[in-house]
Amino acid sequence: MLRRTFIALAASAAAIVAAAPAFAQDVIRLGASAPKSGPLAGGAAVTHWPNIQLWMKEVNDAGGLKVGDKQMKLELVEYDDKTNGEEAIKNIQRLATVDKVDFLVTPYSTGLNIATAPIIARYGYPHITTSAATDGVAEFAKRWPNSFWMLGTSSQLANGVVQALTKLKDGGSIGNKVALVNVADAFGLELVGAAKPALAAAGFEIVYESSYPLGTQDLAPVISGAKAASPDAFVAFSYPGDTFALTEQAQVQGLDVGAFYTGVGTAFPAFAGRFKEGANGILGIGGVNSEDDKVKAYLAKHQEVTGATPDFWASATTYAGLQVLGQAIEKAGTLDKAAVVEAIRTGTFDTIIGQISMPENVNRNVWTVGQWDNGIFKAVAADGLPVAGEPVKKPAWQ
Amino acid sequence: MMGLTPQETKSLGLGALLIALAALLPLFDDGFYLSISVNIVLYAALCTSWALFSGPTHYVSLATAAFYGLGTYSVGLGIELLPYPLLLLIAAAIGAVMAGLVGAATLRISGVYFVIFTFGLAELVRQLVTWTQTKFSTAMGLYVFTEMTESHIYWMLLALTGAVFLTSFLIARSRLGFAMTVIGNDETVARHVGIDTARSKIILFMISGAFIAIAGAITAPRYIYIEPPSAFNPMISFLVVIMALLGGTKRLWGPLVGVIPFTIVMDFISSNFPNHTMIVVGLAFLAIVYLIPHGVTGLLENAQARWTKRSAPAAVAEEKPA
Repeated sequence: MLRRTFIALAASAAAIVAAAPAFAQDVIRLGASAPKSGPLAGGAAVTHWPNIQLWMKEVNDAGGLKVGDKQMKLELVEYDDKTNGEEAIKNIQRLATVDKVDFLVTPYSTGLNIATAPIIARYGYPHITTSAATDGVAEFAKRWPNSFWMLGTSSQLANGVVQALTKLKDGGSIGNKVALVNVADAFGLELVGAAKPALAAAGFEIVYESSYPLGTQDLAPVISGAKAASPDAFVAFSYPGDTFALTEQAQVQGLDVGAFYTGVGTAFPAFAGRFKEGANGILGIGGVNSEDDKVKAYLAKHQEVTGATPDFWASATTYAGLQVLGQAIEKAGTLDKAAVVEAIRTGTFDTIIGQISMPENVNRNVWTVGQWDNGIFKAVAADGLPVAGEPVKKPAWQ
Repeated sequence: MMGLTPQETKSLGLGALLIALAALLPLFDDGFYLSISVNIVLYAALCTSWALFSGPTHYVSLATAAFYGLGTYSVGLGIELLPYPLLLLIAAAIGAVMAGLVGAATLRISGVYFVIFTFGLAELVRQLVTWTQTKFSTAMGLYVFTEMTESHIYWMLLALTGAVFLTSFLIARSRLGFAMTVIGNDETVARHVGIDTARSKIILFMISGAFIAIAGAITAPRYIYIEPPSAFNPMISFLVVIMALLGGTKRLWGPLVGVIPFTIVMDFISSNFPNHTMIVVGLAFLAIVYLIPHGVTGLLENAQARWTKRSAPAAVAEEKPA
């Protein structure tokens, strides 16, 4: 009996596979490989996948992309990389050699983008990364000329923090004592390495410094250590799990500072959901210019089509990266990969995060620091872009 | 030491022939099929190394990720300073030393305590590596840029798998192998007949750890960007156990017949059901446990037994007239 059930199940599974849609000639086939399971699945479900869905729907509703004198609709082939480099490489190979897709959507996260970059370069696909922030971008761009890096560098992000703190200090909102905390991995180390000299040059004194291993559950000692040093500003280069834990501990222990900054995850809608009014005034990595009409329209559309709020950092960049790809295909007027890479390198693109041009394969114009203000994470520091407002002093915890 | 039986010579020759045939693959395809073959050969090397220790001793080790990550990190930290082949040796040495230390501390305990300890080990090593990197190294992200392609990695992993097989084969014929068989059957008896059980287990654990570390070192150039979550991914430890058990650990080639179908089925599932992978994988596991409870080796041996039984009467009948 059981055996028969399994056979029936297996048969129906086979039937589903066989029923996969046959594709017509006049479509552009896009391939996507990103986490749907594993440690980064949560982040990808907020930042990555919904934007692919949204962008494809918008393009297809508008009749597709105009390639030469043909209107071509988009079709997606998607795979789960299980947050695993081996799997990601295999997926790209499958997309390139078995599915023979026309173009690729960027993988998700710094590590997976770099792990897949050589394979993507080998097949010559344009590789527009929108979720990789590291100081290596200039070198990567040289090594893989088909790769483009849109989310900025660690140094830019760290300098943004110092800019925001300096404004608060000059405005008399905070003094010059900073507590500096970081997660002990490449991301945290790069940011803290860039932030320390910049803080010193801006006249700040680091009164407390500490790092903790990735995945640490109990961050109470970090906060109590920082509190004992009675700083005016608290800066943590943290990952989502620790961002939430540090903020919660600061609230519990009453670490009242004029500027409270946390890293990745601060820009997630879930952050405001978790801390409610308590989130107001908290600074964090990323931010978007919520005063801009295009950004406003994007936020509304994202909510309407995917039923979820985007994150206020890499989401907009991910969408913009897809816009760059689409516009470059139209500019090149062909599905030839090399021609599209050239179009991206030489063109200027009108995206929701402003005019983008990447002559050296790197986008230098990024928002670096955001601040929560009643459910919106407004950009308060940026490189080469207008911001939504100036940083304000954080109110006491409620 | 030498003195091979004809049967053994035949097995060795067949093994060498299979590896030589497999080595030709990159000449025919350097796309998807090479990529999935790299994964298959990687797990073949890992599972066989794992079974080298866990097969005869019945100690289920979840420390694979710890050794693998150490190997990856040896290359990540040293690639700018030392030649790559030397790094492979260093990785092996570090893996063996770590296994020796852990073995000395834990192989006197057994059963579930050992399983839990080895699972914690991967996390412990990950934290130690991160701490060391933060305190003593100026390197920020670790990048391994080499000229190696997937074909090179494939060949190296294939050579490693061959080496693991040869080592297992030689161990099985040695005093150590005999000692392990006795320990596996009854440890108390082994101690009574004068086998230094702790020493034998530690040596075997060290060999196994060294091989796993080399596998990690070989794959490092494939990751390019080395970070703790991928190098010390606990999934590696679990997958190795699952695949090895699917194959069966009684035979030397057991893990191999687990790895190949497992990788292909997993790949089929994840490419056809990208949004429901975990559910379908769960169903597949249920199906495996229900349909092939004794692993693929059990299945093959049953089939062979049935075939022999069926052909046996015929053979008897033929013999009668003579």
